[in-house]
Amino acid sequence: MSEIDPGAVATELASEVSEPDASPEIGRRRLRKEDTRLVTGQTQWTDNIQFPGMLHISVLRSPMAHAKLTRVNVAPALERPGVLAAYNARDLGADGIGLPCAWPVTADMKHPNHPPLAVDEVRYVGDAVAVVVARDRYAAADALEAIEVDYEPLPPVIDMESALGDETLVHADLGTNRCFTWPFAGGDYDAVVKDAEVVVKRRFLQQRLIPNAMEPRAVVVAPIGASEEYTVYSATQIPHILRLMLAMVTGIPEHKIRVVAPDVGGGFGSKLNVYAEEVLALLVAKKLGRPVKWTESRSEGYQATIHGRDQIQDIEVAATKDGTLLGLKVELMADMGAYLQLVTPGVPLLGAFMFNSIYKMQAYSFTCHGVFTTKTPTDAYRGAGRPEATFGVERIMDELAAELGVDPMELRRKNWITHEEFPYTTIAGLTYDSGNYEAATEKAMELFDYDGLRREQEKRRTDKDPVQLGIGISTYTEMCGLAPSRVLGQLSYGAGGWEAASIRMLPTGKVEVVTGTSPHGQGHVTAWSQIAADALGVPFEDVEVVHGDTRAAPQGMDTYGSRSLVVGGIAVHLACQKVIDKARRVAAHLLEAAEGDVEFSGGVFSVKGSPEASLPIQQVVLATFASHNFPEGMEPTLNSDYVLDPENFSFPHGTHLCAVEVDTETGWTKIRKYVAVDDVGNVVNPIIVEGQVHGGIAQGVAQALFEEARYDADGNLTTGSMVDYYVPSASDLPRYTTDRTETPATSNPLGVKGVGEAGTIASTPAVVNAVIDALRPFGVQDVPMPCSPENVWRSIQTAGGAS
Amino acid sequence: MTRIRMTVDGVVYDDDVEARLLLVHYLRDRLGRIGTPIGCDTSNCGACTVHLDGKAVKSCTVLAVQADGGDVTTIQGLAPPNEGESEWHPVQRAFHEKHALQCGYCTPGMIMAAVDLLRDVPNPTEEQVREGLEGNLCRCTGYQNIVDAVLHAASEMKSETGAGR
Repeated sequence: MSEIDPGAVATELASEVSEPDASPEIGRRRLRKEDTRLVTGQTQWTDNIQFPGMLHISVLRSPMAHAKLTRVNVAPALERPGVLAAYNARDLGADGIGLPCAWPVTADMKHPNHPPLAVDEVRYVGDAVAVVVARDRYAAADALEAIEVDYEPLPPVIDMESALGDETLVHADLGTNRCFTWPFAGGDYDAVVKDAEVVVKRRFLQQRLIPNAMEPRAVVVAPIGASEEYTVYSATQIPHILRLMLAMVTGIPEHKIRVVAPDVGGGFGSKLNVYAEEVLALLVAKKLGRPVKWTESRSEGYQATIHGRDQIQDIEVAATKDGTLLGLKVELMADMGAYLQLVTPGVPLLGAFMFNSIYKMQAYSFTCHGVFTTKTPTDAYRGAGRPEATFGVERIMDELAAELGVDPMELRRKNWITHEEFPYTTIAGLTYDSGNYEAATEKAMELFDYDGLRREQEKRRTDKDPVQLGIGISTYTEMCGLAPSRVLGQLSYGAGGWEAASIRMLPTGKVEVVTGTSPHGQGHVTAWSQIAADALGVPFEDVEVVHGDTRAAPQGMDTYGSRSLVVGGIAVHLACQKVIDKARRVAAHLLEAAEGDVEFSGGVFSVKGSPEASLPIQQVVLATFASHNFPEGMEPTLNSDYVLDPENFSFPHGTHLCAVEVDTETGWTKIRKYVAVDDVGNVVNPIIVEGQVHGGIAQGVAQALFEEARYDADGNLTTGSMVDYYVPSASDLPRYTTDRTETPATSNPLGVKGVGEAGTIASTPAVVNAVIDALRPFGVQDVPMPCSPENVWRSIQTAGGAS
Repeated sequence: MTRIRMTVDGVVYDDDVEARLLLVHYLRDRLGRIGTPIGCDTSNCGACTVHLDGKAVKSCTVLAVQADGGDVTTIQGLAPPNEGESEWHPVQRAFHEKHALQCGYCTPGMIMAAVDLLRDVPNPTEEQVREGLEGNLCRCTGYQNIVDAVLHAASEMKSETGAGR
């Protein structure tokens, strides 16, 4: 066998390695690597996956909100063509399994058993009752009608406030519909309210929303029966957490389960979960020893995939007459739905630290009551707790401004943390590392032409124009980048908040970045390539990113809570630094220099003072691969891992301004202008950041103007399909003007902050404040979301019409 | 079972299908043309948009038997499968260049709908693009970059045809 001559190969290789562009990758408007597959249709969505002999699962769901199950007879379904099996909960052994909730927020939290198939009782329309397994998806769906189920109706529990009266129980065995009560305080609100000259109290409603990731959920399980090994392909945001949870709930050993998140078509929190169907598919595959697939239809998903928001917010603000905030009191009711999914009870509590937002005050009181109802469980939906909090505080600030007769922006300026006060520890106990609310606001006001629009508003009011103009403000911050593990521990969350990265230096100088984040539209492949290219001094094109497979990327905490860049991306950066540290030692050895004299810049190691003595990193990698001439006692690899536990949350902020025209005769609202200036710290890729902001704004606007999941008095979801639930299209949404200020985070070496949820958190109150601002002269103080023509028109009529 | 013959992305297929089989399921499950995804069951989202005899259709609302004798183009047939960006359709290129996709699930339908729109209205206004694409839903982008991509593609296609002949 001929020996490899590293020198010769390296020379040959060096001629192939494109000269890296000297300008840094971080900050560049790089077009995405992901796009090539996606624009040509060469994708691998979970539903695309086929195996020989694969069977299809369909799920029979309860048509009743609440009922005793007295009989579930699947036998007739077995007579149907193409059907191989059909199971109720007991047949499948699903009756002893409980779906996990990882966030027991209080020691006395009521945690109902949540079997993946209902056993004796159904508790929401869509609760799974039985499954059919057939040779194709049509046969599986057809056979559902043959299953015989006897339901004995029980009264539904719809309204949260009356649910707390416990007259009808969702879970009789728990003895109450109150899941938990979680109090939290900073300062003494009762004391400061005594000194208050102005107290404003309002009730705001956060309607229930349906996340609507464009790819419906799907799961495929491929078993190797003989060795009891299972590969689970799932349209999930959390392959690593899912693997652990599937092992815990089914008893299949963790190392025998591999979870793959292939191409995943959006999540927004709806795929941050462990769902009944994932467990059912695993149980069926185990039982039959054959590959199985389940794909939800959109309408099925509207019932069976988690919903978001759904809070009643009672908010009281105390201030002096000159507009100085004294304190804020928040009492929430949060609808859990019928069961607790993975983080259901924790979602409203993420808002507990955010109602005080960017404002200084002496006291803050927060209480949240989690409530069970006979509806689809709620859980994280883009922003998860922070949009609700930001809405509450930004709405009450506008109400206070109206009460005091001051400009709402002036009121905010008077109370916000100024840029020289950072780091600042808030009344809720968080330490904001950096920010500059003045700079973002100034830029936004200029882009918006605030004064000009106020003049036009005045004119329309004087002219009694039937189309009124309203201006809405949202000066938001949020906590993201979940999360320092010790804080999660204090909040009783069941896991840590670290993230893992590994760098594999391939012999040809190419690089594989292995990440524990699990992208589903965010562009991690591109952004992590930029981070690694800078840190390693290799071309952007030479980096590949491996993710979403517990076998290939074995360690991770996945993607949610705007955590990927600030935890996972920083882990990539730090793992690269370890590579450089090792490579420096090898380079020093090869260059026969002291390690301390070897510098690294632009992908090249060189000896201080003798620039001709240098080695590109690719040659160091190849020399390591050969390891013929290697530092004594050193492992022959440059590959490195880093697991990062962040020191703090990330606190992006910004100012969103919205102008709306409201037709006071029809209730029709049109967004005339939308300006967003966000500060997400340093930016790795501006086009990705802008895209995140656009999409975030769109989802927040959708909550403000269009979307609502509604239930009737019997507990039927009356917005049960895309025909009835208003997901906005291009013709419904405006053009957004976006810009940035860049105040670097001090909590990580790249100075970056999270961006995934910021737009959604900021935009809803900006739009609703604008609608109400337009209608102030009519005596309108609130319009329930969505601000549809009907809700706007009714609000005007109730308020008594034009003043 | 009904015998059908269909050209899909340039290949002729003969198959026996159930009369109720949706075109999108025929494309995906029988022919393996999985580039066309399914996003809803009420023909609202447009993710499954393909061209049937040159016109955009939502393939979840067409039966395979209705497409008998037809010529279907999916996202996978819009450009040669093994060629790079330079051989892509101008609308595909524009989606990439304008960052008009994030998760990419709506993208095949969005691109096919946009190609059809630009055939009917080669020089659309922003409003015409927004209205022309209202049957295609996207949850990631907020649409602004999609609209910009379609407008950009329109101008690129105009200069291509202008330069070409």
